Amino acid sequence: MSEERFDFNPGIRKKIFIAAILGVVLIILGNIFQPKGHGEEHGDEGTHTEQVADTGHEEAGDHDTEGDHDQGDDHGAADAGHGAEADGHGGGHGEKGWFSRLKADLWINNVYFVGLALIGLFFFAIQYAAQAGWSAYIIRVPLSMAHWLPYAGVLMIVLFFLVKGDIFHWTHHDLYDPASPNYDALIDGKKGFFFGPGMSTDGLPIFYLLRMVVFFGVWVFLFRKLRSLSLVEDELGGHSYWRKMRSISAIFLVIFAVTSSISAWDWVMSIDTHWFSTMFGWYVFASWFVTGLAFITLAVVFLKEAGYFPNVNMSQIHDLGKFVFAFSIFWTYIWFSQFLLIYYANIPEESVYFVERLMSDKYAPFFFANIFMNFFFPFLILMTRDAKRLFVFLKIACTVVIIGHWIDFYLMVTPGTMGESGHFGLTEMGTFLVFGSAFMFVTLTALAKNALVPKNHPMLEEAKHHHI
Amino acid sequence: MSDSRNFVLGVYDDEDVLLKAVKSVRGAGVKIDEVYTPFPVHGLDEELGYKRSRLPIAAFMFGALGTTLAVIMQVWMLGVDWPMIIGGKNHVAFPDFIPVTFEMTVLLAAFGMVGTFLVASDLKPWKDPKMLDLRITDDKHVMAIDLGKNRGVEADKINSILKDSGAVEVNDKEVED
Repeated sequence: MSEERFDFNPGIRKKIFIAAILGVVLIILGNIFQPKGHGEEHGDEGTHTEQVADTGHEEAGDHDTEGDHDQGDDHGAADAGHGAEADGHGGGHGEKGWFSRLKADLWINNVYFVGLALIGLFFFAIQYAAQAGWSAYIIRVPLSMAHWLPYAGVLMIVLFFLVKGDIFHWTHHDLYDPASPNYDALIDGKKGFFFGPGMSTDGLPIFYLLRMVVFFGVWVFLFRKLRSLSLVEDELGGHSYWRKMRSISAIFLVIFAVTSSISAWDWVMSIDTHWFSTMFGWYVFASWFVTGLAFITLAVVFLKEAGYFPNVNMSQIHDLGKFVFAFSIFWTYIWFSQFLLIYYANIPEESVYFVERLMSDKYAPFFFANIFMNFFFPFLILMTRDAKRLFVFLKIACTVVIIGHWIDFYLMVTPGTMGESGHFGLTEMGTFLVFGSAFMFVTLTALAKNALVPKNHPMLEEAKHHHI
Repeated sequence: MSDSRNFVLGVYDDEDVLLKAVKSVRGAGVKIDEVYTPFPVHGLDEELGYKRSRLPIAAFMFGALGTTLAVIMQVWMLGVDWPMIIGGKNHVAFPDFIPVTFEMTVLLAAFGMVGTFLVASDLKPWKDPKMLDLRITDDKHVMAIDLGKNRGVEADKINSILKDSGAVEVNDKEVED
């Protein structure tokens, strides 16, 4: 029996590289077209703001503050963020520059793609722990996604040091100093969670970083274990490897249940340091999960269309469609549970989260787009049985869900970091493309490396005759 | 018109044989009235040429009805008939309505679907079930062929077709309508 392999040919590579280059170009353009501070006050964007900035330059001589402000913005990469932040010009708006925006985008993307990789592993583990047969043919697709985990882990730690000042308010040390004017009793009360119980708040947030390193370490360790067992099974066959994978999957699922929640608090919820929601771990997980399912579905559909997976029948595709449909509703349920309780109780320290998003002209459209793209659209499109069996419907719904959940993460991160100076435009699309192509490259390379279908999976025969 | 229907029953003890038999019997031009099995047999619907159930459409309609009724009910109650300020919100505050709307949608979809199914399948508590063969509740599959609907084919020929298709026995049965 000749094994089926994914051919990661130069044509696909080229497309991925073009997407990455396009992403870089968009980021650069995003910098050029970044609306300047005055745009905020006038509610304008683009060309008009440029004109205002230019006038500022001409008048720099007799109008000192104006000139300084422009200087700060024109510095570009390194200084723009700090310059604009320190500036505070423009009616106390606290305009943040392009670099802050880029940092927020990098963080959004990294959290988002960590989720995709993690859900790949999670999905793989569920299939083994539940002794699922239907997914035996497609199981290497989610496993390949998890190859992004080690890269994401390194990026996460590097990015944390790059972005912490802008994104994580709690990293400012003077918040913990009772003598400082910036002393914040609420954040001081949470210092044990960041710096470790009883640890000094002057140094690095040891406890926080330790969690990050340990989580990635455990995830990558279990991923490598599962992957090597799956590959050995290809060579040697027998049921013993499948059994071992089952046990390891069960262990991973228990660990994942705790770690996914805590990482959501660490990486996303701690941005709004004062605020908290007990639903947040689930909320981030639900968002990750449905995105991952949409990605797996999309990948299987495209591979099937390209002539791979001759034994994947429409019942298996239908099941994937049901997964996307069901977990879109699950996400909505979690999202709404969080929203309704906060809205109904209307306690200021809780509702501030939604005030920032819903009452803002900047974010309100995204707030509603988020619900539309992630609930109404997949719900109505994928409702019928036929839609889950037609590639075109699956492709449209999954693409919308993947983009929609990016917006979901945008809404989690940006209002808390950029405030009213947040934007949505070329920089966001650019960073998404760069991260997306890197993720695709790693995933597809991993997929091409080994047999596309686990050769000796004991459930292959069952999957072949899967019928619903 | 007579008050009774005459059936020829092919009894099978294996679902794979049954599936092939359904194919060959239909291929010979005999109309099958119904196939009774003790458990769901995958692929039987397709072999019998059944059209897909339209039950989901009914479910959607009843669900949409539930959504509409729930919204109308709440808007009328809290917005028109007896406006109350709850938690400082508007009288008609849609986020508050969503849980009730959801429940009503599910309730009506579920009840509507069960009701539609019972009506469409002609099931009612006082219905006298006509068991063509008691063993369909145990370990045998039975293919029922209504002779009245197969006047073009001789009864003897139907018998031999069933025998050839792998039936372990072929019986005649008369059922009072």
